[in-house]
Amino acid sequence: MKYIAHINVMPLKELLDPQGKAVNSSLHNLGLTNLHDVRIGKHITLHVDAPTKDEADRQVRDACKRLLANQVMEAFDFTLTEG
Amino acid sequence: MKFGVIVFPGSNCDRDMQHALQDDLQQEVVMLWHKDRNLSMFTKNDCIVLPGGFSYGDYLRCGAVARFSPMMEQVINFANNGGKVLGVCNGFQILCEAGLLPGVLLQNDHQKFVCKNVYIKSESTNNLIGVNVGEKALKIPVAHGEGRYYADAATLKQLHDNKQIVFRYCDEHGEVHINSNPNGAINNIAGICNEGRNVYGMMPHPERACSTALNNIDGRAILMALN
Amino acid sequence: MIATLEQATKLGLREEEFEKIKQILGRTPNFNEVAMYSVMWSEHCSYKNSIKWLKTLPRDGAKLLVKAGEENAGLVDIGDGWGCVFKIESHNHPSAIEPFQGAATGVGGIHRDIFTMGARPIASLNSLRFGKVDNPKTRWLIKGVVKGIGHYGNCFGVPTVAGEVYYESCYQTNPLVNAMSVGVVRVGQTVSATSHGAGNPVFIVGASTGKDGIGGASFASADITENSAESLPSVQVGDPFEEKKLLEACLEMIPTGALIGMQDMGAAGITCSTSEMSAKGEHGMIIHLDKVPTRQQNMKPWEMLLSESQERMLIVVKKGREDEVQKIFDKWDIHCVQIGEVTKDTNLKYYMNGELVADVPAESLVLGGGAPVYEREYKTPAYFEEIKKFNIDSIIEPDDLKEAGYQLLQSPNIASKRWIYEQYDSMVMTGNTQTNEASDATVVRVHGSEKGLAVTTDCNSRYVFSDPYVGAMIAVSEAARNIVCSGGVPVAITNCLNFGNPYNPEVYYQFVHAIKGMGDACRKFDTPVTGGNVSFYNQSEDGPVYPTPTIGMVGVLDTLSQKMSISFKHPGDSIYLLGKNRNDINCSEYLHHICGVEYSPAPHFDLEEEYQLQHRLQKVIGNQLVKSAHDISEGGLFACMVECAMVNGLGFTITTDKDLRKDAVLFGEAQSRVIVTVNPDLHALFEAELRGLPFTKIGHVNATKEIVIDDHNWGYVSDWKEAYDTSLEKMLVG
Repeated sequence: MKYIAHINVMPLKELLDPQGKAVNSSLHNLGLTNLHDVRIGKHITLHVDAPTKDEADRQVRDACKRLLANQVMEAFDFTLTEG
Repeated sequence: MKFGVIVFPGSNCDRDMQHALQDDLQQEVVMLWHKDRNLSMFTKNDCIVLPGGFSYGDYLRCGAVARFSPMMEQVINFANNGGKVLGVCNGFQILCEAGLLPGVLLQNDHQKFVCKNVYIKSESTNNLIGVNVGEKALKIPVAHGEGRYYADAATLKQLHDNKQIVFRYCDEHGEVHINSNPNGAINNIAGICNEGRNVYGMMPHPERACSTALNNIDGRAILMALN
Repeated sequence: MIATLEQATKLGLREEEFEKIKQILGRTPNFNEVAMYSVMWSEHCSYKNSIKWLKTLPRDGAKLLVKAGEENAGLVDIGDGWGCVFKIESHNHPSAIEPFQGAATGVGGIHRDIFTMGARPIASLNSLRFGKVDNPKTRWLIKGVVKGIGHYGNCFGVPTVAGEVYYESCYQTNPLVNAMSVGVVRVGQTVSATSHGAGNPVFIVGASTGKDGIGGASFASADITENSAESLPSVQVGDPFEEKKLLEACLEMIPTGALIGMQDMGAAGITCSTSEMSAKGEHGMIIHLDKVPTRQQNMKPWEMLLSESQERMLIVVKKGREDEVQKIFDKWDIHCVQIGEVTKDTNLKYYMNGELVADVPAESLVLGGGAPVYEREYKTPAYFEEIKKFNIDSIIEPDDLKEAGYQLLQSPNIASKRWIYEQYDSMVMTGNTQTNEASDATVVRVHGSEKGLAVTTDCNSRYVFSDPYVGAMIAVSEAARNIVCSGGVPVAITNCLNFGNPYNPEVYYQFVHAIKGMGDACRKFDTPVTGGNVSFYNQSEDGPVYPTPTIGMVGVLDTLSQKMSISFKHPGDSIYLLGKNRNDINCSEYLHHICGVEYSPAPHFDLEEEYQLQHRLQKVIGNQLVKSAHDISEGGLFACMVECAMVNGLGFTITTDKDLRKDAVLFGEAQSRVIVTVNPDLHALFEAELRGLPFTKIGHVNATKEIVIDDHNWGYVSDWKEAYDTSLEKMLVG
């Protein structure tokens, strides 16, 4: 089976996100003051060949833990669709 | 004639530009704050400089946030009325984001920040800088993480046909080739101007090559071209 | 919520320390208070295991405007009304866990130490140690650390102008990341880290306070084990953009005269800044923690007290002048919030929503006040026996010296650091003269004056490992020698003392003897210690790292025209060796990495001989009798000559001593030697100036661009340069 993983890698909530903070204040400077708590992360898509969805899940999780996210600073989540 | 140097939060070559223009080239310089909106003391003969640095931390995209500052609105009007504008490094990125110059500056092909002396060569005498610097390869430093100039084929053709390419990266003998390109810029493009030839953008830092104390004055001819 | 002994020990306090807190307070402390003491009395903040010995270092001198330890960084007079503020600090343990942010926040922290005194940083240096390059973990660490240093420094806009990096297996788990900042200030425009005047308002300025880095100071004082990666909140994220704004706002505010004092928040955040400023000014403070801007909701008092969120400052303002200060911070879009006021009562009282949550005497928390001071035991390390066994005759001279030289020049400890330094903006601020004319120490011009500052970081830790006393003397001497070779006069040092666990008597022996050597050398060169940093517990399961007392030295050039560079200038110039070659390969890169010998004594060194060499060298450079100067260090005479030759692509022809081993002459690292070139017309004058100093005319600069040693042609300089330049990047990319 082929699956597509849609992965979000976000800075951990406990940590400062300098980029999100700076963009937040820039939005306010543009008058968009109802927007707040900006956080900026990465969106990654990739294709997985796996016999089952569970196996695909395991492989993507492994990739996130080992490479795609730095768990010292980042959290990840993902969804799998058939592709 | 005078120069105006804009200070954005995160600009860090603003003082270098001031030193070079004032101390090394004896020009009148006015420092401008990004929150101000007044350019009325500047005429068409004057030149507004957007210096290098990391305006707004370069967060989101280089130059993307600075482009919306109050002063930039004035600079866009100033440029559209024929006033001279020079953007160096981050300033070049801001000019592209603001639509005053075509194309974009992408992350270097090797994905690392690069700071070193490089050589650049004028492409045409059809613009203020080209007329002034001659054919010699100039030794000018670069310092950027996102300096890979890119434009689509149609834009490139336009740049070429209109002779809007101001500088290309070359070696010390003036040869343009892949090894003399520090960031993967398309066609080795280091600097361009707009169609009206009053707005200039370049990645290398001429203000870092204006002082005898630093043993390199190749940048003087570039800045003096806008005098 | 009275604290228990169990809680206290979990936070790293010892039983007797807990008792001492009870005595100070006259009651059992609550949890917030114990948390504060645990961090302030950690090694990182209190220097409790090192201060006794640090006090033996020379800390006073004619040019010192501030005595060591009195302020955040040292301040020396460089003349013409200018002062220089400089300091080096470690960020080893954070960098081991998260190399990018660890190194980045290390750079940010040291710059804050400089501008909190009112000086503008103009140069950044670093000293790095990693494990072997062929290890993938090492490559990950190098790439992260280099990117982190570049990220912060490049954006902050201060050039990274010099540094050193060595690779040894002892640093495999525990790399060293030491960052140094050098700033300049008009004398009289400095700010003190003090607080006084009851009723004066206390402000927190800069970034919001979050939960990041809580306990970071204690964390730095604990051994690194594989499990450290899970101690998550210790990571801090740096924001160089915020710090750049903070720098400009602070420097704009100081001339208003509205300030009483200012201190940056590093380790132990609010606790450390409030207590150190109050203790210095002999006052107290009332602080309302609920007024501190936070990034997260519902932070507990102790979390706010200990948070190490970056890019924050504590300032005390003259009452009635708050608006002036507020206006400047508003201009730069920076938080500036009053959180309390100065009190005559010397206690620190912290409130949360009106409730008193901690109440401690300021002075009891700080170094020189209530913080404990310990004397540790030390004993001669057992491995010294191995060192004594070394015999040079057991090393057979290689048949192919050229091949040995070729390998040596490509060793990561000697080869070009180009892959690293090109990722740093080394030229911003248009003051770095190194770009177009290389010198031993980097010479940075001081805008607005004729002066130049010569700056360098130095420490060959293998020498210190072999002989802590001599090794530390060499570290100071080499720094001074680099400055003299560049045309400067050494003025003062800052030190970053990276050692293993101080409770290990053999480690403590290294520490004590390194301090003794450093002190003796600093006294000889009249370069007092202005301050620095101690980093213990640099070790892993395999044992401690090499003792690494990194020296950051600053020298002065009265005018930039006095600068001397390393490059050979003209064919036909004579090449002189100042000092003496010896039959010595001890501790050399050659012996260690080519011959594979781990234990050998430190190379030849004599402090008086070194002093005489530098003294004479200053004279011949000052009298413009030499055209280049480069000291002989790692890789010996050969590496030194190739480095001089490569700059302009000129060759050299030399003859070596007949009665010495060839490998010792070419690759040995006996100290106190310098290579200079001299115009043949000036031989007589030059030699006359050197009376009493051993020297040899060993050859000349050639126009054929080749290396010729004892009539053997070793090939073109350009080929050697190619190997030297690309060796490290080949290893790192591979």
